[in-house]
Amino acid sequence: MTSTSKGIRAHLASHMRDYGLLFALIAIMAFFQIVTGGTLMRPVNITNLFLQNSYIIIMALGMLVVIVSGHIDLSVGSVMGFVGALAAVLIVNFSLPVPVTIMVCLVVGGLIGGAQGYFVAYWRIPSFIVTLAGMLVFRGLSLWLLEGQSVGPFPKSFQLLSTGFVPELFPDSWGAALAAVFGTRNFNVLSFALGLAAAATVIHMGLKKRARDLEYGIESEPASFFWGRTLIVSAALIFLMFKLSTFRGLPNVVVTMGALTLIYAFVTERTVIGRRVYALGGNEKAAKLSGIQTERLTFLAFVNMGVLAALAGLIFAARLNTATPKSGFSLELDVIAAVFIGGASMSGGSGKIIGAVVGAFIMGVMNNGMSIMGIGIDYQQVIKGLVLLAAVFFDVYNKNKQG
Amino acid sequence: MTTLLEMRDITKEFPGVKALDQVNLKVKEGEIHAICGENGAGKSTLMKVLSGVYPAGSYDGEIHYEGALAEFQGIRNSEDRGIIIIHQELALVPELSIAENIFLGNETARAGVINWHEANQRTSALLKKVGLKESPTTLIDSLGVGKQQLVEIAKALSKDVRLLILDEPTAALQEGDSRKLLDLMLEIKAQGVTSIIISHKLGEVRYVADTVTVIRDGRSVSTLDAKAGLSENQIVRDMVGRDMSDRYPARERRAGKMLLEVEGWNVWHPEHSDRQIIKDIAFNVRAGEVVGIAGLMGSGRTELAMSIFGQSYGRGIKGRVKLHGQEIDVSRVDRAIQAGLAYVTEDRKSLGLILDETIRFNTTLANLQGVSKGGVLNANAETQVAEKYRKALRTRTPSVFQKVGNLSGGNQQKVVLAKSLYTTPEVLILDEPTRGIDVGAKYEIYAIINELSAQGKGVVMISSEMPELLGMSDRIYVMNEGAFVGEMPADHATQERIMSLIVNE
Ligand SMILES: Nc1ncnc2c1ncn2[C@@H]1O[C@H](COP(=O)(O)OP(=O)(O)OP(=O)(O)O)[C@@H](O)[C@H]1O
Ligand SMILES: [Mg+2]
Repeated sequence: MTSTSKGIRAHLASHMRDYGLLFALIAIMAFFQIVTGGTLMRPVNITNLFLQNSYIIIMALGMLVVIVSGHIDLSVGSVMGFVGALAAVLIVNFSLPVPVTIMVCLVVGGLIGGAQGYFVAYWRIPSFIVTLAGMLVFRGLSLWLLEGQSVGPFPKSFQLLSTGFVPELFPDSWGAALAAVFGTRNFNVLSFALGLAAAATVIHMGLKKRARDLEYGIESEPASFFWGRTLIVSAALIFLMFKLSTFRGLPNVVVTMGALTLIYAFVTERTVIGRRVYALGGNEKAAKLSGIQTERLTFLAFVNMGVLAALAGLIFAARLNTATPKSGFSLELDVIAAVFIGGASMSGGSGKIIGAVVGAFIMGVMNNGMSIMGIGIDYQQVIKGLVLLAAVFFDVYNKNKQG
Repeated sequence: MTTLLEMRDITKEFPGVKALDQVNLKVKEGEIHAICGENGAGKSTLMKVLSGVYPAGSYDGEIHYEGALAEFQGIRNSEDRGIIIIHQELALVPELSIAENIFLGNETARAGVINWHEANQRTSALLKKVGLKESPTTLIDSLGVGKQQLVEIAKALSKDVRLLILDEPTAALQEGDSRKLLDLMLEIKAQGVTSIIISHKLGEVRYVADTVTVIRDGRSVSTLDAKAGLSENQIVRDMVGRDMSDRYPARERRAGKMLLEVEGWNVWHPEHSDRQIIKDIAFNVRAGEVVGIAGLMGSGRTELAMSIFGQSYGRGIKGRVKLHGQEIDVSRVDRAIQAGLAYVTEDRKSLGLILDETIRFNTTLANLQGVSKGGVLNANAETQVAEKYRKALRTRTPSVFQKVGNLSGGNQQKVVLAKSLYTTPEVLILDEPTRGIDVGAKYEIYAIINELSAQGKGVVMISSEMPELLGMSDRIYVMNEGAFVGEMPADHATQERIMSLIVNE
C-alpha cells in the first residue's frame, strides 16, 4: 500500500505542471461559467471564444518554437498588424485577388522573420533587441502603409478565413432529428461527429502510448490518473463540439487552428528537426558539437514565426473586416504570456505545444469571462499579470522542491 | 584521537534510485580520510548530505559532529560549524577576481560597504598559505584549473575551516599540480584541519590518506587503515567487489593501412586573429592504431582536435585532412561526422551533454538519421539504441529515461562516449576520456577502445594521465605550445622522455 501511494505522490510531484495546467483551465472555466451566470458556455460565446483567440494560439505555436530554441520574439504583434494592413492595401486599394494576396502576405511574413532571424542567428545579436527593433519598425510601417486610416471592408471570400463555417456534410434530416433529440434549434452533425472522433482518438493514442511505456518499463502514470485525465479531456472535447454544433457548427478558423496545433505538436515531439530545436535550446554548444547547424535552425525558427504571425494577421483582419493602424498592438505580450503559462522555460530547451495552447486558452477564457462580467480593462491587466506570475512561480517552486 | 564526525546509517533516495543505503562513516579528528568507490557509488551524495545540500529530513540516519547530533538545514548551517565542501564542479565566478571570489557572500563589509583594501590584504595572506603566486586582483578566467582549485582552497581557509571536503579535486589536474595540491592538504592537516577527499586516483589516495572508506552501490563496504601501507589492489578489490589484476586490457597491436592523415594544419585564435594556436601540425593514424597525444595543459591538444572536428575551434584554419587517402570535408561538424570522425569532448557538462534531457535523448543526438525515417523519429528504435549502449558501457542508471544531469560524473562520461560511438566513426578522437572515472569503468572504456581498434578503426587519445597514455597507445605524439615536438612508438616512450621533449623546447 505504501509503495503505491508513494508512486502516486512521486508521479504527482514530477508531473504537477501538466495536471496543474489542465486543472487550472477547468477551474477557470467553471469559475467564469458560474459568475457569468452561464453566459460563458453559451454556444455563441464559445464560438466567439475560438474566433477571438485563434490568432493568439496560432502565434503561440511559433512562439513556443522560438522560446524553446532559447530566444524570444517581441515583434509578432506588430508584424501581425503590418501584414493585416498589407493585405488590406493589396485587396482594397490594388484589387489583387484574395488567394494571391494571401500568398504574398505569407511570403512577406517569412521574409520579415528571416530578416530578424538573420541578425539573431548569424550576428548573434540578442533576439530581445532585434525583435524589439522589429516591433518598432513594423508598428511604424503599418501606420505608414495605412496612412493612419482604417482600410476595409474586405470581400466575402477573404472574411471566410475567420468568420466562415465548415459546411455540413451530413443530410439535413439527421441534423433535424438530432436537434429534436437535444431540444435545440439546429444541430450541426459534422462538428459533433468530429468531436466524437477527436475524443476517440485521444483515448486511442493515450492507450497506445501507455502500452508502449509499459513495454519499455517507463514509469507511466497510475491508471487512475491516466483515465481521469483522458476522460476529462475527451469529455471536454465532446462537450465543446456539442456546443458548437448547436450554434452554427465548426468555424473555419477552428479547423485551421486545430490542424496547425496537431502538426506542430507532431513536429516538435516526433521529428528530427523538432528534436534539434530542443537540443539547441537545452545546450547550444553541445548541440553544435553533435552536428546540429544551430545558426540555420535559429534562423528557421524565426522564419516560421514570421509566417505564423502573417497568418494570424490575415485572420485578425478578416475577423474585424478592416485593417487599422493599431491592430496587433501589444498582442505579443499575450502570446508570450500564453507560452510561459503553458510551462515553457525562459532559458530554452523545454516547453510543449499543447501547453502553449492551453496557456492561450487560459488567457482567452479570462479575457472573455472578465469582459462579460464587465470588469474594466485596468483590472483585467492586473489580473492577467498576476496569473502569469503565479503560473511561473508555481513552476519554479515545483522545480526547487524536487531538488 | 577523538572522532570528529560520525555518519550513521545514512539512507538517501531519489525517485527510482537508492543512492545511499545505510552508509556509515567515521572520521577522526586531524586525519585525512579518503572515500573511494565506483562512479555512481554515492560518494558525492554522501558529502551533500553531510554539508546540508540535502537538508536534514530529506535523508534517513544521523550525523554526529563534534560529539553532538547535527541537523543541517543548508550549506550556511554546516559552514557555520566549519564544514566546507569544494564540489566536483568548481563554483568560482570566472569574471570576478580572486579576492572577489574568495569573499563572495562573505564580504569584509561594514554597513554594506566592502573594504577592498582589507579584502585584498587578507587574500594575499591566504594565497601565500596555499602557495599561489598571483595577485588578488587577477581574474579567475585567466587561471588554469589547477590554480583555480587552489583558489577554492584559499576560499575554504578564509572561512575558519574545521572539516574540509574535497570532491575529486585533482580530476582535472596535471600531475605536477595534483602533487602541489596534495602537499597543501598535508600542510593543512599539520595545522590541525581534518579533511575528506574523494578521488579515483588511488596513487594519490595512498599518498595523503590516513584512512580509506570504500563505498559500493550505495553501501559502505569497508574502512581501511592506510597508514600501515595499503596497496591499490586492496582498495580496488573492495570497490569493484572482485580482484582486478590488470589495469589495461591486453590488445593485439597491429597497425594496418593508413587511415587518417592530417597535413599542414594551422589554426588561429577565434578572437585574436594574430595569435596562432596550432602551428603546422601533421600526423597520421593507421587502421587499428591507438595514437596518443601527450602535452601539458594549454599546449593546444583540445584546440587541435576541435579544429579538425568541423572547425569547432579557431578561425583561418588551413590544412588538409585525408581519410583512406581521400581528402575529406571537415568544414562543419555534421560533415566531419558524415565523413567518419567523432570527437569526445573533455568538457562533458558544457560541451557534451544536454543535462536536462534523458540518456536516450543524448545518446542519439549526433545521429538522429539512424533512428528516424523521412525525418520522423522512431521512439522504439531510440530506446533500443540507448539501451544497447547502456548495456555495452555498463552505465549505472535505473533506466535510459533518467535525466543525464542526475547521473554521477563517470556515468555522464559514458553517455558522451555512447553519443559518439553511435555515429559509427572511422576515427574516434578522445579528449581526456577517463577524467573523473573509476578504475573499473576506466577498464571498460579501455576495452571499448581496444574493440574499436580490433575492428580496424583508428583512435586518437588525448590524455594528461601519463600512465594511461603509455599503457594504451601504440604511438605517441608530444605536443608543446601548439606544435608537435616529437613522436615515438609507445614501447620506447617513458614519462621522462616525454617530459624532456616538452621542457627542451
Ligand atoms: N538529483 C538526483 N536525482 C536522481 N538521482 C540522483 C541524483 N543525484 C544523484 N543521483 C544518483 O545517485 C547515485 C549516486 O550518485 P553520486 O553522484 O553520489 O555518485 P559518485 O559516487 O559521486 O560518482 P562519481 O564518482 O561518478 O562522481 C547515482 O546513481 C546517481 O545517478
Ligand atoms: Mg561524484
